Amino acid sequence: MNTEKNIKTLIVKKPLKLDCGKTIKDFPIAYETYGLLNSKKDNAILVFHALTGDQFVTGINPVTNKEGWWSYAVGPDKAIDTNKYFVICSNVIGGCMGSYGPSHKDPDQKIFGTNFPVITINDMVNAQYNLLDHFGIDKLFSITGGSMGGMQVLQFISNFPDKSKTVIPIATTSSHSAQNIAFNELGRQAITADSNWKDGNYTSNDTNPGKGLAVARMAAHITYLSKKGLQEKFGRKLQEREDLKFGFDADFQIESYLRYQGSVFVDRFDANSYLYITRAMDYFDLAKQFNGNLSEAFINTNAKFFIISFTSDWLYPTQENKDIVIALNSIGADVGFVEIESDKGHDSFLLDVPDFLSALKNFLDKSYEEN
Amino acid sequence: MKNEFQVIADLIEKDKKVLDVGCADGTLMKFLKDNKNINIRGLEISKEKVQECIAKGLTVIEGNAEKDLKQFPDKSFDYVVLSQTLQAFLNPELVLDELLRVGKKAIVTIPNFGYWKVRFHLLFKGTMPITKTLPDEWYNTPNLHMCTIKDFFRFVKSKDIQIVKSLALNNLNKSTINQSNLGVKNLFADLGIFLIEK
Repeated sequence: MNTEKNIKTLIVKKPLKLDCGKTIKDFPIAYETYGLLNSKKDNAILVFHALTGDQFVTGINPVTNKEGWWSYAVGPDKAIDTNKYFVICSNVIGGCMGSYGPSHKDPDQKIFGTNFPVITINDMVNAQYNLLDHFGIDKLFSITGGSMGGMQVLQFISNFPDKSKTVIPIATTSSHSAQNIAFNELGRQAITADSNWKDGNYTSNDTNPGKGLAVARMAAHITYLSKKGLQEKFGRKLQEREDLKFGFDADFQIESYLRYQGSVFVDRFDANSYLYITRAMDYFDLAKQFNGNLSEAFINTNAKFFIISFTSDWLYPTQENKDIVIALNSIGADVGFVEIESDKGHDSFLLDVPDFLSALKNFLDKSYEEN
Repeated sequence: MKNEFQVIADLIEKDKKVLDVGCADGTLMKFLKDNKNINIRGLEISKEKVQECIAKGLTVIEGNAEKDLKQFPDKSFDYVVLSQTLQAFLNPELVLDELLRVGKKAIVTIPNFGYWKVRFHLLFKGTMPITKTLPDEWYNTPNLHMCTIKDFFRFVKSKDIQIVKSLALNNLNKSTINQSNLGVKNLFADLGIFLIEK
């Protein structure tokens, strides 16, 4: 995986103590920015990416040559308007798009593999906080992200309560459920069961657990869609054939679609990173950090919250998003909430869902006017 | 803006914290925010209306008053406003209790079923009344528990709720309701507006 060119990197000199007890220092954080930081430095939005995202939010991703993962929402005149706002996004540590991760080398010049320290959502945001110093930003205008990005949003404002004016967690949870953990474990098992995984040392063995990683992606991909969405798009339609073939080739379009999703994912993602990042998500339990009281996580902030969920998202359902609203209301925080009607499942936040995009735009623009 | 909203706004002092339950498109919220520097929040069940509030820059939570008021702590608002919706709840008594738990004071407005036009309609036409404040047919009205100003007056008294102010509204005419003129107001007012506390 070539990640050298077109990747901006900040080397964090300051030691960072991780939740696992280890300390890292002089480590890279790969980031990208869009739009311009104004002279008052009050128009910056820090975007956090989800499990398989990266710092290339919008436009053409220079590494994959595909559209950025949030192209519908971020760009000139879009919901997060880059004519107006300065958007920063960085690859999470543990990732594979240039930030410090398992494909990097340890001080002895050996590739980390599974010797990379286990990281958490808390570690991710503590690492990314260094970007504020780098850009000389005292206070962000907003922080936002969906799914695991939303978890980082919640953790960030809890860790740095006065560092953002507005906070927009989308399609997320404050605590990974048993079902969430179960799906992630399925993905990890698929990877580690691939004989090419070689206990994580596939690079030095010149192999790649592509089959395992593809299966992990296929399973996860199903959880990002809704039953209705799948049924309407694929139903029982056959793949380039008139009738069933009585074999195990991809007879159905949905099979072919999933196989394709798996195969393209393998080209852009690192198997060990998948293990590390899913682990970080599973360990996320914000209330637990405050003795079971989620409200305590937000007690020191007077930021304005806006929480968004989607009707057909069964991975991070509305109720889990509402639990965050309830925790905020119980301490009198400034919180708005809307559930967007969509049959596109958890993936709704990445797609062209007009009600979602207009709500996001209106909230940002109106809040910025009041600045 | 509706005359009703002007009367409600006049009951609220500047710089207060207010929750508008069933805030619809946020007209009253916007007025209170812009003109009285009110720290205003809304609760609204319709997704469409929630979007309209967001477009106005208002803090609104999509939710149902019968289920979602319980998340707000005791006396966390100076005023809680409920405009012409009490009669549409499955359990108005519970909602009223919740309003007064969450708010130090509550402002509740009710379409008056004792209004002469309503009585006239039922008496002479023999069909369910349709008026300006009660525009729907019997089969599609959201109203489940219609009451008169007199009913509401008696109801709150029986619950040991203090009526700080009670106003009758008939088009643009605003007047005070008291024990002695209750019968008259119950006949001539289209809308009752009550400032209550417990």
